[in-house]
Amino acid sequence: MTTVAKAEEGTGSPYALSHLDALESEAVHIFREVAGEFENPVILFSGGKDSILMLHLALKAFAPAAVPFSLLHVDTGHNFPEVLQYRDRVVAAHGLRLHVASVQDYIDRGVLKERPDGTRNPLQTLPLTEKIQSERFDAVFGGGRRDEEKARAKERVFSLRDEFSQWDPRRQRPELWNLYNGRHAPGEHVRVFPLSNWTELDVWQYIAREGIELPEIYFAHEREVFRRSGMWLTAGEWGGAKDGERVEKRQVRYRTVGDMSCTGAVDSDATTLDAVIAEIAASRLTERGATRADDKLSEAAMEDRKREGYF
Amino acid sequence: MSTNTTEALPATTLLRFATAGSVDDGKSTLVGRLLHDSKSVLADQLEAVERASASRGQDAPDLALLTDGLRAEREQGITIDVAYRYFATPRRRFILADTPGHVQYTRNMVTGASTAELTVVLVDARNGVVEQTRRHAAIAALLRVPHVVLAVNKMDLAGYGEKVFAAIAEEFTAYATELGVPEVTAIPISALAGDNVVEPSANMDWYGGPTVLEHLETVPVSHDLAHCHARLPVQYVIRPQTAEHPDYRGYAGQIAAGSFRVGEEVTVLPSGRTTRISGIDVLGDPVDVAWTTQSVTLLLQDDIDVSRGDLIVPTKDAPATTQDVEATVCHVADAPLTVGHRVLLKHGTRTVKAIVKDIPSRLTLNDLSLHPHPGQLAANDIGRVKIRTAEPLPVDSYADSRRTGSFILIDPSDGTTLTAGMVGESFASPDPVKDQPEEDGWDF
Repeated sequence: MTTVAKAEEGTGSPYALSHLDALESEAVHIFREVAGEFENPVILFSGGKDSILMLHLALKAFAPAAVPFSLLHVDTGHNFPEVLQYRDRVVAAHGLRLHVASVQDYIDRGVLKERPDGTRNPLQTLPLTEKIQSERFDAVFGGGRRDEEKARAKERVFSLRDEFSQWDPRRQRPELWNLYNGRHAPGEHVRVFPLSNWTELDVWQYIAREGIELPEIYFAHEREVFRRSGMWLTAGEWGGAKDGERVEKRQVRYRTVGDMSCTGAVDSDATTLDAVIAEIAASRLTERGATRADDKLSEAAMEDRKREGYF
Repeated sequence: MSTNTTEALPATTLLRFATAGSVDDGKSTLVGRLLHDSKSVLADQLEAVERASASRGQDAPDLALLTDGLRAEREQGITIDVAYRYFATPRRRFILADTPGHVQYTRNMVTGASTAELTVVLVDARNGVVEQTRRHAAIAALLRVPHVVLAVNKMDLAGYGEKVFAAIAEEFTAYATELGVPEVTAIPISALAGDNVVEPSANMDWYGGPTVLEHLETVPVSHDLAHCHARLPVQYVIRPQTAEHPDYRGYAGQIAAGSFRVGEEVTVLPSGRTTRISGIDVLGDPVDVAWTTQSVTLLLQDDIDVSRGDLIVPTKDAPATTQDVEATVCHVADAPLTVGHRVLLKHGTRTVKAIVKDIPSRLTLNDLSLHPHPGQLAANDIGRVKIRTAEPLPVDSYADSRRTGSFILIDPSDGTTLTAGMVGESFASPDPVKDQPEEDGWDF
């Protein structure tokens, strides 16, 4: 017999949950609430750490039974190979069903056009929303956290989207206590964010505590990179160094995992989870500011993309 | 676990708190100061604020800009919604529900306070306790927020005078106590200059108490469970039906109040069937005892019919079930709530049809006057309602249990969240409200 929660010294109460236990319990409550109220939920799964964490929490929420949700990966076509391998391994290990919405397909069919800068992140919205419509998903779990960006600070845990997947800040419902309102009309769906209240550091601490395996690119490794817009990028099918951009071998790691064309690596010698956590705790740059070119666009960039149905 | 992370960064507790106050009181500056001085603002965020401040011709970075999120708000210079902020110190993790304090945003304050263990009420030292302050105190009292902090701001503009602070603290504490607020901590601060927010003030050596952050770090976050009624709303039934677990039936939910123990006799409501707990599983760990707010799975001795929406309670401490709910509500939707309104009521994990039978009174928060038979409640109104539900509900009084004494009303046609409700009496004190017929109303 074990008791999970450890009392904090000084509170004088044996019933105080640690912050990780409190966040875990809340996320599990959210997963179970969706399982109880929706017909056809899906978890957005990119193979990045936030989606890996979501899946881990979902597995815990329904153990010893299977997770009653399928997975959906919006594949930009510019994924890190290590991440795709990880994705396929996890899906097989847990007997899950994986849906893929492919940006490449849309480009091949001429529905979407490649952007001049080669970045495909903004192109994800249409494949995602059309997949939600065609598969009739009524709840879509995203790994978004409110601490990531100012527009997200106001996001609800249950975020209503119309049939165009649009987010209307004025239509969002107040969320009181832990009473989530999942009612929606046919064709509408609800985006659900079980990690709303987690910070980057919480995510890493929890991954360490639970011993969750991550793709190798989250840890320091040698790789050939070149500098663009203040970030270290890796060449791939999406493109590579242009004139004047020098390719060099550096010891780096990734803090977020997304489209290769706009996800930058940071110089690091953190090869273990503990080293990564120590590095983040001391970091003076937020996750997206350091590594995501697309979020630097403008003060209102994220707000505009959320309205269009981006995560 | 092979890591020693827990030694480098110990697990701490989590405090959810809310702020109430307006831009004029310096609320955004206080929040910005808490984030900035606790080193929670990172370089790129600060650069963005410096750029934005400079582009508006301000010479110092405006910390308030750290917290104004949506474009409409930046343009109007106001905060129109609840925003959540995150920061941590080595001692504790914080989730701050940052809410605007204007009268038309009562619903946002109610939303923020609903999950808060503590509320910071901000006043301007030069103005003292004003109508808005009384409204904020009333909301904290209505929502039964356990701890209230009165932050008397702009002390730098009041000559850092002890008498100014003491008079405001005394007036506010008397008022809040009358409303039944269990605990008030008053702190003299200057958010702009940084006095007593994170660092102790050199300008107010007459004040011997904690800074705002010290108080946030040390206030107790959990309750004495001995006096709580144990409650588990069932969210989901876990039935693997696999070769390995052919007969497993687990009842999953988050403990809403109190604690449960293996071997305890429990009753399932509304059916009223009784059995014993044969096992408790906390996310993979079998335990003897579990408590609020752990997400658990209960295993029961007898194979009785239990489903989502049921409430598992100790047999010796079961709530009464009723189809007539009387509550204090805050109306949070734009369209009004009227007598005769057909709604859905969500309580715990159960959603039932209901009808608004009567709206006996509307409450004015500024002076706590009661207006009988308003006929309807508009957005941001607080009032008493009587609701008839289609099925019996095991409700607690909100005073006893914030999670099983609360509910929301939902519009069945489009799913809008209409109203936030708290079962039972409005305030902890006997009767702070006074009947006051509206001037243009009927005086029965």
